[in-house]
Amino acid sequence: MSTIKIRAKAGDKVTKVSALIEHPMETGMRKNKKTGKKIPAHFIQEVVCELNGTVVLTALWGPAVSKRPFLQFKIEGAKKGDTIKLSWVDNKGEKDSAEAKIA
Amino acid sequence: MINMKRRTFLKGSVAAGAVSVAVGAGLLTPRAVLAAWPSDAFKATSVDAALDALAGTHAMQASDKVQIDAPDLGENSAVVPVKVTSQLADIESISIIVDKNASPLTASFILGPGVQGFVNTRIKMGKTSNVIAVVKAGGKLYSAQKEVKITIGGCGG
Repeated sequence: MSTIKIRAKAGDKVTKVSALIEHPMETGMRKNKKTGKKIPAHFIQEVVCELNGTVVLTALWGPAVSKRPFLQFKIEGAKKGDTIKLSWVDNKGEKDSAEAKIA
Repeated sequence: MINMKRRTFLKGSVAAGAVSVAVGAGLLTPRAVLAAWPSDAFKATSVDAALDALAGTHAMQASDKVQIDAPDLGENSAVVPVKVTSQLADIESISIIVDKNASPLTASFILGPGVQGFVNTRIKMGKTSNVIAVVKAGGKLYSAQKEVKITIGGCGG
């Protein structure tokens, strides 16, 4: 099961792309209340969005982006049926990607 | 002599071949992608240092062509919605900075072809702070800011 949900809706001129990623986004500053030990940092560092294989948006993130990160942007020149691909990599080297057709 | 060069050439091409196979298999992708992540900018503890590391300058100019939309009161400090819109031409990147966070730089979006001056995301805030939107356009930095109040353990919590 993918960690990524993408929705892309074509308007008259602009396509709005929304994505929700399932990720804990741990800052590395939080402590486990029972053990008092710090929970190690675990956060997405880079998100790349491609439209039909061309990179259109690169998001560089620090640990202060919320848990279950949300991202929305608008793109011109995309049309219904085009493919939007989103991939992420976190500070542990874990990664995932997903594709969606523009509706 | 000619023969030795030939050997070197062959060795070189074999090594290059191995690398491209590794990339093709996806083995090297995470490292290649991570190399772009500006660790110094995200670790910086002041707004100026973060911008210097990210954009090479911290000289920014307040602009009415940059708008930041965030709540007056962040009811949940772990999920503060922030929307940045800009009408500037040739936008290279949009960054979100929280000046009172331990590491102010929160996110930076590099805009590619066709992407409009607009990003919408959610961020975490430690305490009441200014949230600054920094738009890089034509090599210069333009900004807009908004104060978001955080009440820890208050009515909103």
